[in-house]
Amino acid sequence: MRNNFAKIWDSFRLPLFAVILGFAVGAICILIAGSNPIVAYAALFQGSLGSMTSFGETLYKMTPIVFTGLSVALAFRCGLFNIGAEGQYIAGSIMSIVTGWIFRDMPGMILIPMILIMGIIAGGIWGGIAGYLKARFGVHEVITTIMMNYIALHISNYLVRTVLNPQTLIPGSIKEAFTVPIPPQAKLLKLNALLPQFTYSSAHIGIFIAIAAAILIYFLLFKTTVGYEIRSVGLSPDAAEYGGISKQRNTILAMFLSGGLSGLAGAVQVTGLIYSVNQVAMMPGYGFTGISVALVGVNNPLGVLASGLLFGILDNGARQMQLAGIPKEITGIIQAVILIFIAGELIVKFISERRKKELKAIKAKEVE
Amino acid sequence: MSKVIEMKEITKIFPGVIANDKVDFSLEKGEIHVLLGENGAGKTTLMNILYGLYQPTYGEIFVHGEKSAVKSPTTAIKLGIGMVHQHFMLVQPFTIAENIVLGHEPSKAGGLKIDMKTAIANVQKISDKFGLAVDPNIRIQDISVGMQQRVEILKALYRGAEILILDEPTAVLTPQEIDELDNILKSLTKEGKSIILITHKLKEVLSMSDRITVIRRGRVVDTLRTSDTDADSLAELMVGRKVKLTSERTEKQAGNVILEVKNLKVKDSRRLEAIKDVSFEVRAGEILAIAGVDGNGQRELVEALNGLRKIESGQVIIAGVDTTHLHTKDINKIGVGHIPEDRQKRGLVLEYTLAENMILGYHKKEPFSKNGIMNYPEIHKHGKSLIAEFDIRTPNENVKAKSLSGGNQQKVIIAREFYIDPQLLIASQPTRGLDVGSIEFVHRRLLEQREHNKAVLLISLELDEVLGLADRIAVIYQGKIVGVLNAKDATERKLGIMMAGGQLGEGDLH
Repeated sequence: MRNNFAKIWDSFRLPLFAVILGFAVGAICILIAGSNPIVAYAALFQGSLGSMTSFGETLYKMTPIVFTGLSVALAFRCGLFNIGAEGQYIAGSIMSIVTGWIFRDMPGMILIPMILIMGIIAGGIWGGIAGYLKARFGVHEVITTIMMNYIALHISNYLVRTVLNPQTLIPGSIKEAFTVPIPPQAKLLKLNALLPQFTYSSAHIGIFIAIAAAILIYFLLFKTTVGYEIRSVGLSPDAAEYGGISKQRNTILAMFLSGGLSGLAGAVQVTGLIYSVNQVAMMPGYGFTGISVALVGVNNPLGVLASGLLFGILDNGARQMQLAGIPKEITGIIQAVILIFIAGELIVKFISERRKKELKAIKAKEVE
Repeated sequence: MSKVIEMKEITKIFPGVIANDKVDFSLEKGEIHVLLGENGAGKTTLMNILYGLYQPTYGEIFVHGEKSAVKSPTTAIKLGIGMVHQHFMLVQPFTIAENIVLGHEPSKAGGLKIDMKTAIANVQKISDKFGLAVDPNIRIQDISVGMQQRVEILKALYRGAEILILDEPTAVLTPQEIDELDNILKSLTKEGKSIILITHKLKEVLSMSDRITVIRRGRVVDTLRTSDTDADSLAELMVGRKVKLTSERTEKQAGNVILEVKNLKVKDSRRLEAIKDVSFEVRAGEILAIAGVDGNGQRELVEALNGLRKIESGQVIIAGVDTTHLHTKDINKIGVGHIPEDRQKRGLVLEYTLAENMILGYHKKEPFSKNGIMNYPEIHKHGKSLIAEFDIRTPNENVKAKSLSGGNQQKVIIAREFYIDPQLLIASQPTRGLDVGSIEFVHRRLLEQREHNKAVLLISLELDEVLGLADRIAVIYQGKIVGVLNAKDATERKLGIMMAGGQLGEGDLH
């Protein structure tokens, strides 16, 4: 047990340190800007955790990025860099609208799971295509997933303007810049329906789905043969191959699952918060934030949950901080510093480990 | 005789490790002095200190009787010390002469133009003087490894080396090339050069040297005259305990054919034919060795047998099952164990714990997993029992594989592959880079497989290993089996000729 604690501490020491440093550097910036960092951070936490309402706002902001963070982390574990969480998110959200419209007469108990599953499948296929291209033709996933992002964005915009537009589907409607909404029975329960203390916050039960997903992915990665194979391929593809583990199969599988998580992010966002998909000029950004979330969470599903909360706090608390007269861009600086320290520390670790390895090689042979 | 090098009480401390502990070493003019020790004993560290790559923590170096501080390889070269590294440092597309003068080019037109004519003449002159028989105009990429080594030696001589350090010079050579190297070194010493050889191979030590210094765990165990010692006592000094150098094999009759390879053709990664129409068989209770110089198709052959490389044509039958186009996973199921040549890349997931590594390949079997859920308590139990059975030196089964020494990493792989009790074991260079103690262990285990009536295919570059273990020896050269010898009839000379692509004459066969 003690050993386990040491292990957990070992993997989370680095991000924790980076977070503290991030806030420290942020404080210096606030000082330079002529404000009081204590006031600023008090406002930040007041605005994100200070009341049930503001906590609820933090919860709904962290929900999609926990999914995309899990998505990126899972792909990372297989040695894949999924930059396509963005596109997979879009695929999942647009599929939710389609499913919601087609089965609009079904009861919510059936329709909600159906939408979520279709979202997973749509995102999964979107990610799986990149996985297939990598496995079959060796095309690098970074290239394909970025391309798939744009394809998803523009297909989504096209569908919003045409077949999914209220004008097309609902007689007598005018042309809108968003799709038809999902039917009312497909909307996820708001937390304030469970706990009135959440008052007007938009938090919905999607956060529970996110927590469940994190636990499930943790279990998948560390307690199942599927996870064992995925991690083997990620850590040492050659050794995995020698042990009869297919690099190709696991690449496709990991990208499918990774895409599925991002697709689920889209489906949960649609059913829990936005209810219809807008025509947009730019990517919504949840996928890219997911990369940061995964990095800070050291690609550990439970770590992703914690780092998702941190990003939620920073995002939500910024408003209150601005009201206190401190530019909300400070949170951007804090995020950036955390990431730089983690990425930088990884480099430092890489170098120190190489040196350690050299020493160990000498030492180990001495021992023999 | 005068001492050209004297190292006194050299101590080198790396954080947490004492690589050299008060080492005294001296080199006399005109002698060949071997530095003998296991991998990691500290011999290369000592020589790197002499060559200026490392600075000693304390201790003194005297060159030609004068106290010298060897700050860098440049100083070493100025002092007349040259080093030939284990991995050659040559520019492949350059000619021999260009490589040798690199950094010290004779120039004309006021330093703007390299005077290649003079360079070639100089190189030729030194080559002739020491009988190296090197043609300065040939490109490095077109010459053999043995020749490349001579170029490295020539390079050191060109820079005025009086003292030559050779790091594991025989590791890459065929037996004939080793003989030639022996002659070259002898002619160098006749000309007054002094030579230090770093090696862990006992046989060559005995034939090539005048004196031997044995190092164990950073300390000098003894310095002795070669004529006063023999292989067994040297091995004991080196390892610190009695070692059996030759493995005992019992006479036994081979059984049924387990592995049958028919007219196999395989391409390498550049799509060139690496295995050209190869056929052979391995029987139960027999060790068939594939001998050959590295890079003659061994890797492609092994990968093809394991299902990791596409077979262009031909057939592979293992225990009656046609595995020609089967996936690795399915080949493993028939009962095939592999000891891969690159244990860190192919054999182990270095970031995994020992317990996790010990189920790689059968992680889907009960009791290690059931319905896709891993059973970690069982996996740990399994790891513990294998660690005990195979005497793996590690604190526990939760240690990452990367933190083990090479010998112990190899034990982890052997433990895993033997656990499934394979009908056929494919062992690819199973002792590469291991120390004497670990080699003994691996050999014993391979012979044990043979005793248990299993088929073993051994791919090895070490002739001693091949001759000591195999029942039959197939020699591979440029992707073809040039001949199969019964171990009884095989000698190092015969194998050497075949490994270089030569045919045995009538007289050689008897």
